Amino acid sequence: MRLYAVVAAGGFRRYATYRVATAAGVFTNTVFGFILAYTYIALWDERPQLGGYDQSQALTYVWLGQALLMTCAMMGGGFEDELIERIRTGDIAIDLYRPADLQLWWLAGDLGRAAFHLLGRGIVPMVLGALAFDLALPVSPLTWVAFLVSVALGVVVSFAVRFLVALSAFWLMDGTGVMQMCWLVGLFFSGMLLPLNLFPGLLGDVARALPWSSLLQVPADVFLGTHTGWDLVRAYAFQGGWALVLLAAGRALQSVATRRVVVQGG
Amino acid sequence: MDFIELDQVEKVFDVRRRTGRLRREKHQVRAVDGISFTVPRGEMVGYIGPNGAGKSTTIKMLTGILTPSGGRLRVAGIDPSKERTRLAQRIGVVFGQRTTLWWDLPLRDSYRLMHRMYRIPDPVFRQNLDRCVELLDLAELLEVPVRQLSLGQRMRGDIAAALLHDPEVLYLDEPTIGLDVISKAKVRRFLRELNAERGTTVLLTTHDLTDIEQLCKRVMVIDHGRLMYDGALAGLHEVGESERTLVVDLERELPPIDLESARTLKVEGPRQWLAFPASVSAAPLVAALAERYPLVDLSVREPDIEAVIAKMYAERSA
Amino acid sequence: MADALRAYGLIVAMWVRSTMAYRASFALTTIGNFAATAFDFVTILLMFSHVDALGGYSLPEVAFLYGTTSTAFGLADLLMGSMDRLGRRVRDGTLDTLLVRPVPVLVQVAADRFALRRLGRITQGLLVLTYALVTLDIEWTVTKAAMLALMPLCGAAIFASVFVAGAAFQFFAQDAAEVQSSFTYGGNTLLQYPPSIFAKDLVRGVTFVVPLAFVNWVPSLYVLGREDPIGLPDWFALLPPVVAAGCLGLAALAWRAGLRSYRSTGN
Repeated sequence: MRLYAVVAAGGFRRYATYRVATAAGVFTNTVFGFILAYTYIALWDERPQLGGYDQSQALTYVWLGQALLMTCAMMGGGFEDELIERIRTGDIAIDLYRPADLQLWWLAGDLGRAAFHLLGRGIVPMVLGALAFDLALPVSPLTWVAFLVSVALGVVVSFAVRFLVALSAFWLMDGTGVMQMCWLVGLFFSGMLLPLNLFPGLLGDVARALPWSSLLQVPADVFLGTHTGWDLVRAYAFQGGWALVLLAAGRALQSVATRRVVVQGG
Repeated sequence: MDFIELDQVEKVFDVRRRTGRLRREKHQVRAVDGISFTVPRGEMVGYIGPNGAGKSTTIKMLTGILTPSGGRLRVAGIDPSKERTRLAQRIGVVFGQRTTLWWDLPLRDSYRLMHRMYRIPDPVFRQNLDRCVELLDLAELLEVPVRQLSLGQRMRGDIAAALLHDPEVLYLDEPTIGLDVISKAKVRRFLRELNAERGTTVLLTTHDLTDIEQLCKRVMVIDHGRLMYDGALAGLHEVGESERTLVVDLERELPPIDLESARTLKVEGPRQWLAFPASVSAAPLVAALAERYPLVDLSVREPDIEAVIAKMYAERSA
Repeated sequence: MADALRAYGLIVAMWVRSTMAYRASFALTTIGNFAATAFDFVTILLMFSHVDALGGYSLPEVAFLYGTTSTAFGLADLLMGSMDRLGRRVRDGTLDTLLVRPVPVLVQVAADRFALRRLGRITQGLLVLTYALVTLDIEWTVTKAAMLALMPLCGAAIFASVFVAGAAFQFFAQDAAEVQSSFTYGGNTLLQYPPSIFAKDLVRGVTFVVPLAFVNWVPSLYVLGREDPIGLPDWFALLPPVVAAGCLGLAALAWRAGLRSYRSTGN
């Protein structure tokens, strides 16, 4: 357990060293936040209470999206490129002989990264957004705690998806192509472009049931106070359920891949 | 007329150093501090010195990558910092640490692009490529993407790429770094032939004194941005009072060997280490040893370049 | 200039040839690029499933804005999209290898890894634009037609200038590639929506400071017969070629300054 804590701390520090990149990223998040905020204002001016949000809730959703974009790696930017590269070059064989579990090892590192991105790239855009617009910030500290738990679960789900996709590099020549498709689908179905409550009919039902809704839609709804009491438990169960299923799938795929490496010698 | 001319060339960098949480201090580093030398056409020169001595900075100024902060610099009569692209047609550059080839493409594609980019006439291109492919053993590698080549293979590929347009001078920055013995030998033989047959001027930086011994009659030593020595390799050993080491394996353990022409450094069982001046041939010493001691095996170790320079530097400042 | 274009063509041709060696992979990645960039329009369609107008603009009108900026941006991305790798090249030292070749560095950086799959974005932009032109009832004049034809070209030139200026900035801040995306990808997103929904100061900023408004907003308002939210006179609509030329000039100066600084500091 201590090993994984060290790995997580390493993941945090690794991203913390790039100060200029972090500042540049915060700038970009803020610019996109402003652009999206105005489109949402136009939308909610026409249809107040659209998707059950009032305008300030909708704006809050925009800035939560910018704050969580990197944290939940909705457009990638986490460990996956490195893992794919290690699989491609065969260095993965070294990782498999390490006295640590491959999946947990990368998960720990990714949690460290997410923690940094939440602090380094989440807080400033959120504060700037709150200064420029009228946001619906939770009053109760309990809601904040509930939100953080939901974000953590979202990060695990995001990790599990990316781990699964990255492992496909064992079989596919071009792992990065698949990864890019994965980010796109993730970006759309996480609710980053538009809240999933606005997706109509069956598309909406499917989108809300897919794992990616754990990345932004669910944490945002917790933040906005939509999920309380048993509803909150159900939201956690939804995220936790997907996390477990996807982690298990990743583990299964990992053991198949491992056998392949051992048999072929890398 | 001298092909390469440097007159009091300087390169000063401003370095910002973090001194506190928010404070930064600006100070200047003189990477190249007033260097003057000339190289006539067709010469092969070694340019050596410890890490951070200013070797790469010099090469970067000679190729036009960096603009000198002071002094005068000409290559083939051209000021590299002013007419970089015109000079590029006439020089070849090989960086040991990074490739000038296109990483994701087969070697052949890189060459094809060089062909057009440098506007090399077709027959010249074909002739040069064939020659490089033959002498550098590239035939099997032409269809392989560069990223899949080993370090030695890549280096040979890079050297060929630098020579397709018949450059008048070839700069090599650490051409044998990280290479295995066979690759090193191939590269050295090729460079020797290139210089002898084509009269290409060669300037190479290296860590490996053997490169210099086998290739260059002339060697320049640079340290802390200053030229410490310019002359024959043998002279360097004299100036540096450097010593070679003879490792002697005897039939059995014996007391320290006692000879006038060498001094014993250490004894470990039947093995003994003798030091003798690098400027002297080892032959008479070996003959004297064989006459008086029961030898099993012998080997000569070359002086470490860093040690030679360190010694030289200590003497200068003393 | 002719030399530079020739060199650009040579490098591009090499990458296209190598891409075409794997046709299936090329087809897949182009479709992927098409689908990826189309998600933006899907978002707009989803918005219009709830409303009839956004900031007073109908769906075909927004599609017109979307189509013009996507085509212009797609073109710039195709031609200059690799510029954002400059910071990485400075960091890992591979920029030096470009400096010893007899071809301008800008050309080599821009043409590096030329990705034909980016045609996907242009294609979907043109499709949406076609949809807009078919559904909109525009009273065409010669001036309007000329403006429409010039929009992708001038727009691409303006976006290309942003790519170059962003790369020049990376000579000084190597990790700041993302700042560039705010103006390129962010600018493209901004221009997909009607100017009437944004704060007037923001619109003024992208008109007079970073003149992205000339990519499509200013000429489109003229073509669509719409009032300008910040009250610009009509003749502004004729300015895109001038603005584009000015942007290219400034970007070239920025690039020179960046490269000069690199060659004097070496990092």
